[in-house]
Amino acid sequence: MRLSPAQIWRTRIPRYRLIGKECKKCGRRHYPPRPACPYCGSRELIEVELPRTGVIESFTVIYTVMEGFKDRAPLIIATVKLDDGTRVVAPITDAEPEDVRTGMRVEAVLRRIRDDGSYGLIGYGTVFRPTILVHKTS
Amino acid sequence: MARDSGIVSWGAYVPRYRLKAEEIVNLWGWDSNIPKNLNVAEKAVENVDEDSITMGFEAAYNAILRANINPKRIGAVFFGTESKPYAVKPSATVIAEALGVTPATMASDLEFACRAASEGLRSALALVESKYIEYGLVIGSDTAQANPGDVLEYTASSGAVAFIVGPSKEAAAILEGVYTYVTDTPDFWRRGLSPYPKHGEAFTGEPAYFSHIEGAVRGLMESLGLKPDDFDYAVFHQPNGTFPLRVGRRLGFPKEKILPGLVTPLIGNTYNASALIGFARVLEQARPGQRILVAPFGSGAGSDAYSFVVTDRVNGLRGKAPRVDDYINAKKYVSYAVHAKMRGLYRRIAN
Amino acid sequence: MTRVYVSGVGLTKVGRHFDKGLIDLAAEAAFKAIDEAGVEPEALVVGNMMSSSLQHQDNLGAYIANSIGLRGIPAFKVEAACGSGGAAVHAAFNMIKSGVYNAVLVVGVEKMTDHPTAVVTEALAQAADAEYELFYGASFTGLNALMMRYYMEKYQVSRREMSYWPVMMHKNAVANPYAQIRREIKLEDVEKSQVVADPIRLLDSSPIGDGAAAVLLVSENIVSKLAEKPIVEVAGSAMATDTVELSNRESLDAMPAAAQAAKKAYKMAGVEPRDIDVIEIHDAFTINAIVLLEELGFAPRGQAAKQLAEGRFAPGDKPTANPSGGLKARGHPVGATGVYQVAEVVMQLRGDFPGVKVDKAEIGLTSNIGGDGSSLIVHVLKRV
Repeated sequence: MRLSPAQIWRTRIPRYRLIGKECKKCGRRHYPPRPACPYCGSRELIEVELPRTGVIESFTVIYTVMEGFKDRAPLIIATVKLDDGTRVVAPITDAEPEDVRTGMRVEAVLRRIRDDGSYGLIGYGTVFRPTILVHKTS
Repeated sequence: MARDSGIVSWGAYVPRYRLKAEEIVNLWGWDSNIPKNLNVAEKAVENVDEDSITMGFEAAYNAILRANINPKRIGAVFFGTESKPYAVKPSATVIAEALGVTPATMASDLEFACRAASEGLRSALALVESKYIEYGLVIGSDTAQANPGDVLEYTASSGAVAFIVGPSKEAAAILEGVYTYVTDTPDFWRRGLSPYPKHGEAFTGEPAYFSHIEGAVRGLMESLGLKPDDFDYAVFHQPNGTFPLRVGRRLGFPKEKILPGLVTPLIGNTYNASALIGFARVLEQARPGQRILVAPFGSGAGSDAYSFVVTDRVNGLRGKAPRVDDYINAKKYVSYAVHAKMRGLYRRIAN
Repeated sequence: MTRVYVSGVGLTKVGRHFDKGLIDLAAEAAFKAIDEAGVEPEALVVGNMMSSSLQHQDNLGAYIANSIGLRGIPAFKVEAACGSGGAAVHAAFNMIKSGVYNAVLVVGVEKMTDHPTAVVTEALAQAADAEYELFYGASFTGLNALMMRYYMEKYQVSRREMSYWPVMMHKNAVANPYAQIRREIKLEDVEKSQVVADPIRLLDSSPIGDGAAAVLLVSENIVSKLAEKPIVEVAGSAMATDTVELSNRESLDAMPAAAQAAKKAYKMAGVEPRDIDVIEIHDAFTINAIVLLEELGFAPRGQAAKQLAEGRFAPGDKPTANPSGGLKARGHPVGATGVYQVAEVVMQLRGDFPGVKVDKAEIGLTSNIGGDGSSLIVHVLKRV
């Protein structure tokens, strides 16, 4: 996939920081951000930084990967329900397919998604990994 | 005696995957005693979707989480690495954007082999003291390269560390002094189009590592009027598991003061994060009032020696983000073959 | 408003036609439809998804019209991913309804075997959101797999219950001369087949193949002049859409656009689900068929797979589902599929379908999906 400088630039905030939108009319949030609310059609939206943790709602392990993903096969893709209820479709990283379950808690991390060959651009984005780190309080 | 700047918070990142030294022994036909001689049993290696930018981001994210500050108040982002994903195009801007620090900030990638991040730390401390910026973010991150089959492979590893630098009244560790020692010493280098570094083997030791670290540490102690006994911890650059202990011995620091900050035996040499991850680990156990010596080193060559004094703010910060040991302990072993795939060492052609 | 009739149909066998390009395939189907109808088309609507990404060929309307002896006529392509064919029929239907055109030829055509699987997989994934799904490597099969797992877990549907669909499709296709795969399979074969994107296995998935299908739609004006009158009417034609991105859907176990389109089409045709004798529905993956059976009103939510396992929807039942073998076994040349479905149901209603026949079928339905539920086209066809 050829990566366009303008497209990488345009999408960087939602992709890096999980910025979605919240509808001022119906109150629902969505991702990726759209010019009108996908649920009620209202154009009165505000940008929101979505929570970086959630649970796996559904997942797949892709063995027949598309061009550019052979080094990641099998690729795990999930729908993640963030803690505020917003759904995100994203890869699951740092996990073995046999350990992934629906209902598993995951956290957002920034990762390298695609390379446009050795000389082109690198595309970064948000993916999720199992919340493996226990935050001990002292 | 303390200056008006210090470490407000820290964050680390070590990737999940580990490569055992014995894999390298078996693959390249080495003598099996080499890992023991280097005091490195295994090393941390990045996943296929990681690079110095993504690892640096996570360390910096942890540092901001721990500091609990608005990223917009950060006025400088310094990224020290010798494994830049782009040769030209800053990594610091990707991280700054992802953290929400942009646009009113300085941002740059620094290069001084393994010492680039330390130069960034010196600069950020100075910018804070001079009141040019309120907070500075310093990141050291590397997916260190080694020519397959080179002895460097045992140690060259992946990891990242970040510090929020700010005024001493907010610091968990206040800067007491810093002394830098640099000369033109060609012990280790990588030319522009080369994928791997070359090095002077034994020449990397005495004239490079030892003479520069000793020069910096002696200079620091002399300028502050301190002796090794005055320090509770000493953290040196750690290209392997033995050099830091030896340089400590020569400077008069006992093993017990060095071991808490010695992480290379567990995760390998993370280059720009090497001594600084050790420093972060020490901050996760030091008590208020204790004094820490930190001495990063970079080939080419130079060393900075810092003295930090821990404050009582340190206690409240530890549990606010994942600790160094959380990452060190969360590990999964991979074979050399899988590591080679994750690192893109196989030459595939497109469909 | 005029009524719309189907005066001719034409199909190519679906398969790996390495010796045929877009034009060759389109011509074969179009010539059959035109010759059967005995009517000169006034306009051409092409249903196609991937000519741009796989053949680097755009401007498909003019390209095909002027290559198959229809020099000069208005012609354009309609694209709605795998729903392109159904959307093309819907467009042609409305062109005739509007009174501007009296005879519109619809040709669905897709040429998929020019490239390796990884390249075709990436092209197919363009049906999804390029910036937020395709970019991250979410293949089209992968996105459908997300729906399949969700459905199975939510309704406690077993792998075995899902396996009945592909087995029935393979059985139905054996007698269909146009089908890509004419080989019976067992439940165990499905369950042992290669995993493409867990839980979707190879035998849950439609094969990659080339093909073209054509239907010639005409107005009452044309019919009144014909000696031999067409006997199948397009009684309902409707389309509805949903978000392309799976993230902003209401639920992963539903395709509400299918229910919306069906409701409109049923109303136009004045029929209800229980009146329908034969259906050709979109089963690019097993899960598509299961969800469609529910959305179209043939099974309660969460029950379609269980009913299939009990023998529903097989030949002899009402409705009979996919006597052609469906996308699973007849094949799925993506942009042509919606036209295949309409042509096959027309033949069922006329009684001349050359495969599994649905006796005395009076009313039929087709349902074509674009994307993983984002473009839904439903047609109701009636014998007059």
